[in-house]
Amino acid sequence: RRRMENPGYRSGSVDSLRHRPSDVVVEDDDDDDEMVDIAGATLDFSNTDDDPPLGSGEYFVERGSRAGSMSGAGPGRLVDPLEDPLPGKSKDRDRHREIANKSRQSTVALLHSVSDAFSGWLLMLLVGLMSGALAGGIDIAAHWLTDMKEGLCLVGFWFNHEHCCWTSNETTFQERDRCPQWQSWAEIMTGTSEGALAYFVNYLMFLVWALLFALLAVTLVRAFAPYACGSGIPEIKTILSGFIIRGYLGKWTLIIKTITLVLAVSSGLSLGKEGPLVHVACCCANILCHLFTKYRKNEAKRREVLSAAAAVGVSVAFGAPIGGVLFSLEEVSYYFPLKTLWRSFFAALVAAFTLRSINPFGNSRLVLFYVEFHAPWHLVELGPFILLGIFGGLWGALFIRANIAWCRIRKSTRLGHYPVTEVLVVTALTGMLAYPNSYTRMGGAELISELFNDCSLLDSSQLCGYKQSNSTSGAGVGNGLADRPAGVGLYAALWQLALALVFKMMITVITFGMKVPSGLFIPSMAVGAIAGRLLGVGMEQLAYYNHDSAIFRGWCSPGADCITPGLYAMVGAAACLGGVTRMTVSLVVIMFELTGGLEYIVPLMAATMTSKWVADAFGREGIYEAHIRLNGYPFLEPKEEFQHSSLTADVMRPRRSDPPLAVLTQEGMTVEEVEALVESTHYSGFPVVVSQDSHRLVGFVLRRDLLISIDNARKRQEGVVGASQVVFTEHSPAPADDAPPPLRLRGIVDLSPFTVTDHTPMDITVDIFRKLGLRQCLVTKLLGIITKKDILKHMANDCQQRPRLHPLQL
Amino acid sequence: MYTCIHVSLKNAKSLICDLLQNSEDIRCKCICPPYRDIEGQIYKQNVSLKDCNCLHVVEPMPVDGKDVEAYCLRCECKFEERSSATIKVTIIMYLSILGLLLLYMVYLTLLEPMLKRRLFGHSQLIQSDDDVGDQQPFANAHNVLSHSHSRPNMLNKVEHAQQRWRRQVQEQRKSVFDRHVVLS
Repeated sequence: RRRMENPGYRSGSVDSLRHRPSDVVVEDDDDDDEMVDIAGATLDFSNTDDDPPLGSGEYFVERGSRAGSMSGAGPGRLVDPLEDPLPGKSKDRDRHREIANKSRQSTVALLHSVSDAFSGWLLMLLVGLMSGALAGGIDIAAHWLTDMKEGLCLVGFWFNHEHCCWTSNETTFQERDRCPQWQSWAEIMTGTSEGALAYFVNYLMFLVWALLFALLAVTLVRAFAPYACGSGIPEIKTILSGFIIRGYLGKWTLIIKTITLVLAVSSGLSLGKEGPLVHVACCCANILCHLFTKYRKNEAKRREVLSAAAAVGVSVAFGAPIGGVLFSLEEVSYYFPLKTLWRSFFAALVAAFTLRSINPFGNSRLVLFYVEFHAPWHLVELGPFILLGIFGGLWGALFIRANIAWCRIRKSTRLGHYPVTEVLVVTALTGMLAYPNSYTRMGGAELISELFNDCSLLDSSQLCGYKQSNSTSGAGVGNGLADRPAGVGLYAALWQLALALVFKMMITVITFGMKVPSGLFIPSMAVGAIAGRLLGVGMEQLAYYNHDSAIFRGWCSPGADCITPGLYAMVGAAACLGGVTRMTVSLVVIMFELTGGLEYIVPLMAATMTSKWVADAFGREGIYEAHIRLNGYPFLEPKEEFQHSSLTADVMRPRRSDPPLAVLTQEGMTVEEVEALVESTHYSGFPVVVSQDSHRLVGFVLRRDLLISIDNARKRQEGVVGASQVVFTEHSPAPADDAPPPLRLRGIVDLSPFTVTDHTPMDITVDIFRKLGLRQCLVTKLLGIITKKDILKHMANDCQQRPRLHPLQL
Repeated sequence: MYTCIHVSLKNAKSLICDLLQNSEDIRCKCICPPYRDIEGQIYKQNVSLKDCNCLHVVEPMPVDGKDVEAYCLRCECKFEERSSATIKVTIIMYLSILGLLLLYMVYLTLLEPMLKRRLFGHSQLIQSDDDVGDQQPFANAHNVLSHSHSRPNMLNKVEHAQQRWRRQVQEQRKSVFDRHVVLS
């Protein structure tokens, strides 16, 4: 509204309420931003009687959204009012039927029908290729930039540490990470690599680089694409439920999100890149949809492509195509038909294959945390696994509460006025506290791989600092991997890990939700992996020192390798991630695709289920639903239940105190009257009835379509003036000779709006809204009945082409 | 094999080599655990897949004749390859896009208002009520440009598109950064 009053904004427009439609119509020809948005006006939620969305359960039926389905329509072409999932699909079926019927006529039409069927698959292929390529690029750049904080490669500045030392000849375990080509900043600047000065210089350079990256990230986001901040998954959930956020999946958002994701991940902040990769994949899909007419004009089909793109995002983040499809099905999508399942899988596979062929890691490692052990686990270990599940559930509930509280503080207090400062302060804090501890200094993914790793003799990390038992040093035979007592190195690692756990738990709460792209899969998994590993090592030592006790006697004899701490880390990671996001099947599938450990499905499932139950006991929402509720998106939660039963009559409008329903009659109103009615109200659509006396329903017409068609008619059609009759029927009476010609608007009326009766319970009505993706539903009285048998008979008779009869002629 | 261009920077002497074709993109890495009194070792060599085993890669062999087999059985050899060209191209592309974005940001924030002020004079920059609290100079540039009709059509279109984009970004910024909601 404030914008409307600005005289510089739009010269020459009279009515502020008519701004939106005509604004978009006139600029359509050269607005290239329209092309890549999911079309529609900016949502205007600036209603003056603003109930705080949090805590209010009402859904305004008529004011759902003022975004009509402006899918890039030119000035002359009327928009399609049927854009909810089910009606959108019926429009697509009509189009498909037409093509199929025409295809028998000529070869050209046949080719056209073939290419139409093929275009969906081609689009999926392109989405997979583009997302895979972008994800590969992001991976390479992130690895390089992360290592940039520590040093520089002298043989080629574009190599990270691992690749710089690729051909080096250092042979001992102690020096396995050092090579002369890679020099830390202390070595470059002061010439030494040991000692307090070197440590201090490294520390300082680490902080400087981290702050620089964070500053660049947040200023780029702020300057070019503010929608690129955050995770993106809550907003994509909302978009897939039918809501339109203009600009959220545009090309600038894509570019900025890609660039700043790398910067944010490299700056040492406790965040991951999975959520943002889902957003990137959806942006790619949205942009590529514009190459295909079939998808550019139909919102419902575009949403199917976006569902598949969400699967592609998770698939490239983890290298887990099946897990990605299940994630899209479980977490993100609102409407997931079987066809989308197959296409998502195809796109996810293509993306994973593209990522593999880019080969960023140099050893064809497609899976992020491949584990090499296949040690069996024992039934007794289910106890600790369930314990990890409980920990995961508790942490999930706690994290959601803390994070939402922090985000609310950010929204309402002065903290929210300084986003750039906030990012810099958090980065500085993270950097200062993380550098001294080697487990927090390394990135999240590296930490998780190290924790998942089981100690073999080939490892030299601190976590594998066990005391070598005497039997193996001599003959070289025997089980070198047997349970061994902890050595000094391992104790040091354990207390460092405990500190790292506390640090990561607290810092992730304030990091998620900042104004840089941030994901939370990796930090949650890191917390769980640390907890799991600690428990695993504890169990291992317990088994070693008490191998005579009742619990361990049967299966854990000395010298046997019975407890695998790496497995505990895996289970802990799954439990914590499940507690935060409340994923179930998709989490288990992602975990065993990530690790390749098919033997461990049962522990993973036990922990995931336990964590979900424990977390659900504290609050039913996962982190993404909590953010949706915090931001007030109009998203109908599938899990919500009503505490009190009520009828549709209690919720529908007009209520007792409201003015009567604003309706249009099918004939008898003039253009002036229609315009006056439309401008005097804020509704996004109007029912069309037979006459003012008998409110028998004819259809429903959207405000946008009315305004646009009246506008066009005034400009183009001859003789249409204020006194012209507006006719919504098929056959209008012939006008009198001196009366102006009537304006026929039957084409814009939706003749099949969904209806319920006034005594339908609200549960059923909400269910109808959810499952059909409706924006509005009319409340009517009885006219006729249609049963399942009628439908079956109709389908059986469908091959004989019967003309559609007008219902009133039956 | 490859040509090197020496470039000496001020603080760090770095060798930036233009690698035309790197035959060093494959390697065989053998990790051998500690054996008796020999420490754990890692051996790397630039061999192809068929030669990637302990006998070819572990040089010099730390044990004598009859222990070689026992030693080699404990070693683990993996063949790895990478594409350094991909890495180089990706990093350079990333840096160039980042550089372009930074330059564009600097241009929009600092240079363009200065240029506009020089071209159109101070009086034409209207500060509307809305933008008083807003430090961004993005907002009022379109006021100035809407007065200029003398430019050719193409340039006008580009300016129009740019102004529309800027308005969008400003709206987005207001909703995301100021009101902390995504929807306006």
